[in-house]
Amino acid sequence: MSDRTLYEKLVDSHTVLHIDEHNVLLYADLHLMNEYTSPQAFSALDARGLAVRRPRQQLAVVSHIIPTHAESPRVIRDAASLLQATNLARNCERAGIRLLAANDPLQGIEHIVAPELGLIRPGMVVLCGDSHTTTYGALGALGFGIGTSEVEHVLATQTLVYRLAKTMRITVDGRLPYGTSSKDMILWIISKIGAQGARGYAVEFAGSTIESLSAEARMTVCNMTVEAGARAALIAPDKTTFEYVRAHAPSLDDSAWQDALEHWRELHSDAGARFDAEHRFNGQHIAPFVTWGTSPDQAVAIDEPIPDEAAQTTSEAAASLRRALEYMGLASNRSIAGTPIDRVFIGSCTNGRIEDLRTVAAIVRGKRVAPGVRAMAVPGSGSVRRAAEREGIAKALIDAGFEWREPGCSMCLAMNDDVLGASERCASTTNRNFEGRQGRGGRTHLMSPAMAAAAAITGRITDVRTLEEATQ
Amino acid sequence: MTRLTMIEGGAVPLPIDNLDTDQIMPKQFLRVIDKAGLADGLLYDLRFDEHGAPRSDCVLNRDDYAGARILIGGANFGCGSSREHAVWGLRQYGFQAVIAPSFAEIFYSNAMNNRLLLVQLERDAIDALLRSAIESPGNLLSIDLERQTVTTAQGERYAYPIGARHKRMVIEGMDTVGLTLDSLAAIEAFERSHFVRHPWARVM
Repeated sequence: MSDRTLYEKLVDSHTVLHIDEHNVLLYADLHLMNEYTSPQAFSALDARGLAVRRPRQQLAVVSHIIPTHAESPRVIRDAASLLQATNLARNCERAGIRLLAANDPLQGIEHIVAPELGLIRPGMVVLCGDSHTTTYGALGALGFGIGTSEVEHVLATQTLVYRLAKTMRITVDGRLPYGTSSKDMILWIISKIGAQGARGYAVEFAGSTIESLSAEARMTVCNMTVEAGARAALIAPDKTTFEYVRAHAPSLDDSAWQDALEHWRELHSDAGARFDAEHRFNGQHIAPFVTWGTSPDQAVAIDEPIPDEAAQTTSEAAASLRRALEYMGLASNRSIAGTPIDRVFIGSCTNGRIEDLRTVAAIVRGKRVAPGVRAMAVPGSGSVRRAAEREGIAKALIDAGFEWREPGCSMCLAMNDDVLGASERCASTTNRNFEGRQGRGGRTHLMSPAMAAAAAITGRITDVRTLEEATQ
Repeated sequence: MTRLTMIEGGAVPLPIDNLDTDQIMPKQFLRVIDKAGLADGLLYDLRFDEHGAPRSDCVLNRDDYAGARILIGGANFGCGSSREHAVWGLRQYGFQAVIAPSFAEIFYSNAMNNRLLLVQLERDAIDALLRSAIESPGNLLSIDLERQTVTTAQGERYAYPIGARHKRMVIEGMDTVGLTLDSLAAIEAFERSHFVRHPWARVM
């Protein structure tokens, strides 16, 4: 067989049949569900008189609508949200699907929960009615988001009619500079290639910078690749991947593990594999990045000014910039650093993992959230929350003045009651700064956990590399 | 299902690049377990002010665009969240087609599954259609789905590309689940060998 990319290997190993030149019937090893993109799929299945074909290859989590107030047991007071949760429970009960409900100790955001339960392994195909399913590429699994009609298709058949993607490789070499993280790296890459720079492509990340990242840091990268329009994100599994999977999937015994390793070591793009597009970046040029606009590609390094309208190459880009700055209440050519903030949000499937919370705690420990700033920390899962409590992270955050909350998607998309008010400005570790995403009129600045922590302490968007000077 | 071979109607200009599905269908309309009532939520923050009153600066609130069946959008239309509610809302509002320079990927699949035609045209063609829609709101466009053309009231014609499968999905409607279930034997055969070769892929 000729040399293939990792993406092609994953698709080939899951192709049930070729439908035509552009479409295959793709097999899903695992399908994840939440309460808001699955109800209509279950109803449609019912209307057909069909059962869920492979209930043991599904996992459902209450994640998007759940309130995150620190109360036990957790109660969903909003009637419509409660209906979504009880409806999901009913659907799972009837079909025999495992559900992590509101008060399950393992409940959390689907993309945080699935890897930590050892359910994501190299070489798998994992689908979910949520665009950030690209996260799983960090472990060498092909993951991507689907719509509700497709959820129905997966429930009925355990397959998906899948349009093949083009392939792109993004190579990043060099050591990540002081004060930066994989979040800065992906914001920087998206700002370079644009919000549709990877549209239509399955992106494979490679290079020494990528290799140096932890499994969790890689998840942040693959999670946000969808914000460049990508259909999937992949990183070839290596020692870092294997160690993560081994630590989280103790059910694999030694012989199963050896077989798996033998297979997983083949999961890389062959030397002669051809990509439809290639980008190369020097990771040493990465700086702390912050979005200034309403699209994830509208970002600058913390020490750069907000772009000038005149410097935009197309009239569409100039129009987008004008619209975004008006919404954000900002102006061209001024520095993004120093912009006062009202809120801080630490969490989401992008940055709600234990490493993210460790980073935040290290920065805020012994300091105080700036007066007038409301700072929330929402762990990505019950497991993350408990780990943070064991490690003293929760205490450090609480002592600094953070709200320490229960897990969920929370103010990343504000489907629950964690919402920005009109014109409130938020330093956020999430993935989308769209108009109204965190609340109507709310102003979101995407950044790394370290940068959000620095903003919490100073009350302004602050270069975390100079935080010590700023707070002296 | 009824065949859909021609879409004729007014066109609403909405030239916003990266118009995401959060804007097309905001969060407060997602707390449902059915598909009802989503026309109300369509582009809500663009259409209504913070008190719920129609915004006079929104084209969708203008009488001369009432009843339009075609939306002309910007690049990367429908990016962001996978929520199919965005497509359901567009259909329920009365749109049968969106014309744009490019479409986001998950949105594209969702549109095909709901017979919302997506017409991808070059920027020049879009600009011409936008000018016409802005200057003459009453002008009708006609889209011939069989011949894959968009024709203006002045007789200008633009050809658009669409894959054979997607063309059929919009024109005829397609029971994708039903068709796949015809291949159930192939799926079962695949599963038998797949999990023997990849036992670690069975995770629960």
